[in-house]
Amino acid sequence: MSEKVLMKGNEAIAESAIRAGCKFFFGYPITPQTELAAYMAKRMPKEGGTYLQAESEIAAINMVYGAAAAGARVMTSSSSPGISLKSEGVSYIAGTDLPCLIVNIERGGPGLGSIQPSQSDYWQATRALGHGDFQMVVYAPATVQEMSDVAYNAFDVADKYRMPVMILGDGMLGQMMEPVELPEPKTELPEKPWATTGHGNKRKKNIANSLYLDAEKLARTNDERYERYEIVKANEQRAELVDCDDADIIVVAFGASSRIARSAVRAAREEGIKAGLFRPITLWPFPVDALEATKSHAKAYLSVEMNMGQMVEDVKLVVRDSAPVDFYGRAGGVIPTPVEVLDKIRQIKEGLGE
Amino acid sequence: MQEMRIVFAGFGGQGLLFAGKVVAYAGLIDNHEVSWLPSYGPEMRGGTANCSVTLSDEPIGSPLIMDPNNLIAMNQPSLLKFEQDVTPGGHIFVDTSLVTRLPERDDVEVFALEATNMAEEAKLKGLANIVLVGKMLKETGFCSLETVEAAIRKAVPPKKAALIEKNLQALKIGMEA
Repeated sequence: MSEKVLMKGNEAIAESAIRAGCKFFFGYPITPQTELAAYMAKRMPKEGGTYLQAESEIAAINMVYGAAAAGARVMTSSSSPGISLKSEGVSYIAGTDLPCLIVNIERGGPGLGSIQPSQSDYWQATRALGHGDFQMVVYAPATVQEMSDVAYNAFDVADKYRMPVMILGDGMLGQMMEPVELPEPKTELPEKPWATTGHGNKRKKNIANSLYLDAEKLARTNDERYERYEIVKANEQRAELVDCDDADIIVVAFGASSRIARSAVRAAREEGIKAGLFRPITLWPFPVDALEATKSHAKAYLSVEMNMGQMVEDVKLVVRDSAPVDFYGRAGGVIPTPVEVLDKIRQIKEGLGE
Repeated sequence: MQEMRIVFAGFGGQGLLFAGKVVAYAGLIDNHEVSWLPSYGPEMRGGTANCSVTLSDEPIGSPLIMDPNNLIAMNQPSLLKFEQDVTPGGHIFVDTSLVTRLPERDDVEVFALEATNMAEEAKLKGLANIVLVGKMLKETGFCSLETVEAAIRKAVPPKKAALIEKNLQALKIGMEA
């Protein structure tokens, strides 16, 4: 077991990605993910890798596209407006069935917005980061340790399903320091027989491309991709449940807002309110199976988010008409307080009329 | 251990983030749950660079401290900004080399010391931050002196190792104040 060190979330992602065998980082600076790129600039050359600050976000994501096609473990990171700029390239990467890691340390939006923490890119991450039918696996870590853990595993998941993986964090998680135990460097990486590394006249050439002028052929690639997504949905759902077993009121929250919700749930329990926390760790695939299981006893749900209410739709898709689904959130970079969430839990408790 | 929710506030350059890091490392060494959150961006303008440090035996919820039980204030705007947030019975440590108006609340304990002047007189310019950590250590006993000394050794980057001894001296000055 290695010694625990204090690290920022941004730095923990960077170090763990390197230890997972990431050899290429392409990015363009933006607050509040700055430390991630800075850490990569310092460490990557020492690991025999490449850190490159591109001329723009669009250039950076296309460099990721190229390195992924050549079979390298590659990543980029940015914050909300920068991720929007990368969306075209992400669609190309998904359309070419290539693995990579994209990190979004969100800030308030829309537009240039603020540089304070936010979760307002939930829809963008889980619905459509780019044009066309495609999905990414999206992780929403809530601690610096978990940021390290998901960054370390993200490349394996991306390689296994040949699809982009996103870590969706925010300015609070990126900037804060917590103790973290870093993983051992990976030594064995998977073979990539599809990579465009030069056939040397010894095998059929590999082609990395997302253009299919034959509609039937393109339709087939979409069908195949969605069959793969069903396997991802079956295998990769992750969630943490805290005090949900006997909970009347289940608070659903991810990432930074789940920390605030956790404090509020603890305070509610101290007042005798049977509250629990359901924390999705994967936002796509959404942990529908674990949430479905809470329907047998939960009387109300509350989605707590640092946005205007985006995940609440996914919660409603599972809960349907078995219980009311309420929402509390602050947007634009304002962080909700545990007291505000506790007040909302109390209101819901009163509404239940017990 | 009683949960420590500490806000370090002052001007940029006074070493508040570093002082917070020292306390966070002390918590790590003693196996507590630890979080350290800096202010960043526009809220740092106008003289209130700050960071929130929590040491607890429970998993830490929000790392953003709204109700500190300890405040280290190294300038007047910071004291004005955070004084009312301190919970009753809490501690406020004020650098009176830089703060002229002391807190008027009578439900908190106020410790006033001329930390900046004390550091300068001891030829430890720029280490008033650690003098104040020493004072907080003495008054709250949030961990042992040995733990904070070990934390300083961890928090000072290897390139600046020459500063370790000075930090340890500053800590002692605060402990004796």
